[in-house]
Amino acid sequence: MEAGLEQKYNFDVVRWFTIMAVVYLVVGALVGVWIASQLAWPILNFDSSYLSFGRLRPVHTNAVIFAFGGSVLMATAFYTVQRTCSVRLWSDKLAWFVFWGWNVIIVLAVITLPLGFTQAKEYAELEWPIDILIAVVWLAFSFNFIMTLATRKTSHIYVSNWFFLGMMVMITYLHVVNSLAIPVGLLKSYSVFSGVQDAMIQWWWGHNAVGFYLTAGFLGIMYYFVPKQANRPIYSYRLSVIHFWALMFGYVWLGAHHLQYTALPDWTGSLGAAVSIAMIIPSWGGAVNGMMTLSGAWDKLRTDYVLRFLIVALAFYAMSTFEGPVMSLKTVNALSHYTDWTVGHVHSGALGWVAGVSIGAIYHLMTRLWHTEMFSEKLVNFHFWALTIGTVVYIVAMWVSGIMQGLMWRAFDEYGALAYTFVESVDAMHPYYAMRAVGGGIFLFGAIIMLYNVLMTVRKSAVSGSLQKARLAAASA
Amino acid sequence: MAEKTPPKGLQDRLERNIWALLIVTAIVLSVGGLVEIVPLFYLKSTMEHNRYPEIVWNKAGSVPIVTVDAGKEKWNWKPGDGMRPYTALELAGRDIYQREGCYTCHSQMIRPFRDEKERYGHYSLASESMFDHPFQWGSKRTGPDMARLGGKYSDEWHRAHLRAPRSVVPESVMPNYPWLDKAAPDAAKMQAHMRGLQTIGVPYSDADIEAAPGLLEGKTEMDAMVAYLQVLGTMVKLDESKVYRD
Repeated sequence: MEAGLEQKYNFDVVRWFTIMAVVYLVVGALVGVWIASQLAWPILNFDSSYLSFGRLRPVHTNAVIFAFGGSVLMATAFYTVQRTCSVRLWSDKLAWFVFWGWNVIIVLAVITLPLGFTQAKEYAELEWPIDILIAVVWLAFSFNFIMTLATRKTSHIYVSNWFFLGMMVMITYLHVVNSLAIPVGLLKSYSVFSGVQDAMIQWWWGHNAVGFYLTAGFLGIMYYFVPKQANRPIYSYRLSVIHFWALMFGYVWLGAHHLQYTALPDWTGSLGAAVSIAMIIPSWGGAVNGMMTLSGAWDKLRTDYVLRFLIVALAFYAMSTFEGPVMSLKTVNALSHYTDWTVGHVHSGALGWVAGVSIGAIYHLMTRLWHTEMFSEKLVNFHFWALTIGTVVYIVAMWVSGIMQGLMWRAFDEYGALAYTFVESVDAMHPYYAMRAVGGGIFLFGAIIMLYNVLMTVRKSAVSGSLQKARLAAASA
Repeated sequence: MAEKTPPKGLQDRLERNIWALLIVTAIVLSVGGLVEIVPLFYLKSTMEHNRYPEIVWNKAGSVPIVTVDAGKEKWNWKPGDGMRPYTALELAGRDIYQREGCYTCHSQMIRPFRDEKERYGHYSLASESMFDHPFQWGSKRTGPDMARLGGKYSDEWHRAHLRAPRSVVPESVMPNYPWLDKAAPDAAKMQAHMRGLQTIGVPYSDADIEAAPGLLEGKTEMDAMVAYLQVLGTMVKLDESKVYRD
């Protein structure tokens, strides 16, 4: 370990974001398993307004995207920018403001959503006063990041930081425009847009929350943590340049493919689908770039559990960035839209790619930030298999149920009448909804094991005084 | 900055200058959104009522939709007359629809397919959600589409179904909503909501807003919800012989 790291960099805020990320992973997955079970066994709604599916579903999505995903992004962005720029964060105070601000937003979300305060736009449910707070904290996060880049000691800005920067700019655009609303009460507002324009703006936001928050940001993580963990340089610099600019330009167009065959004009949906297909190339370029970094050192996968998370995450990234463009095609979308296939697709990205790469990065950070080995390598390996198996069970259940739903809805009998009533399709989903809850449960169990392992590692560091020693060594160095 | 070799091309320049990288990234990121979103506000072909004006009720904003006199409702609009804003009671129902997250399982957007026509009716038009702030097209059909639900079932069926869905549809996975019977929409609040919508262009007449207390008198959240569900898809009378969308 280099001497003086603890004094040179602000790792305290990174440590706190890291721990909170693991806590929110457990909370978000727990609510997810809960609402998945409600769809299989509706009695679990308990006739309580606060626990009904419609109110808890936004709690789940906000918890995993903004609480878990946000904490991971803020931990890794603050860590990566310091390490790659060889300079301390521009402002410690602003970093702590971001930490407390973000956590206050999460607490407000957990309180207001079950109470039914919502803007009723997917992934943008939080009401206007919280939206304003999000904008302030997000800009503080971005400003601190950019100013740290501006004061860097290195000549060039490393590729991870380009991706983080792209995410910050785009999420600012999206959040501000999509949340424009007229307040009609302290916690009630109406979108200023209506109908078809509101739909397009919502899915411009919706898809790019995936494209920039959950993809560009996590590619920033990939570009730093894969080479670091593999201890090899990134496979191709050229590929990363192409990956970055193609992703920045192209991803923005994809939102329209969520509205195929709706009242959105045909030209918009077709444009969205055309660019979606083209996006396979940069997405796979990026996945190849990450995986081929292991070229000549594939044996590491046998022994390095953290690397397993990162590489399997890239495999899920490659798979879902192939599946996505296929689903955006009009003929496929006609079948898949409104079905569980979409839910399965999101989760192959969210559980396999986003959670996988995040968890790999967090295990990597644990050893660096607490200056000790993990409490248990065996449990890391166990978590790897829980994540992989849980995710596969989940997405297989959703493929079967989604395609079955689509086919049942459009089936005609020999007399040309609809072959099934709607509720027959609901009934047919039951075994797959149960299977999905089991898959999610396996994933959740892995996350709980991780939380235990992480907390025990912190305890181990406290008992052995490894963090204390690193701080003292820094002071005397 | 450690070394000062001259930059080799644009990419190298951007990697050395955070402000240039920030500006170029911000410009590249704005193209797709501008091309896809801005025209939707200007292209006349986006909204079908530009071609077929009868889709919109021509008296919206000038004549009150409904007035209440000594507890009796007098309607100036009837189903099929065209798009109009929601009445205070329907809007209260729509607020509840949003509050309960109904859009997470129900769509309000029928696609132009044979099976959807048989199951739900004529495909949805953009103009049919012109007064919907926000839109409620949804993205998932855990339950069926709602776009043309109005008039398909009786009010009593809806009440029984909302209180306990499995009492009328045994295979349903919908939660029970027993609390809708126990609360009532607030007239002053609904007037504030209507005034808010009025400021962003929804054609409410002042008389529509004044009618709120009368319309909400003695009504529960259940009544409001049923009123909203029963108006869905009933505003416009669509003509099978017309091509509304190319």
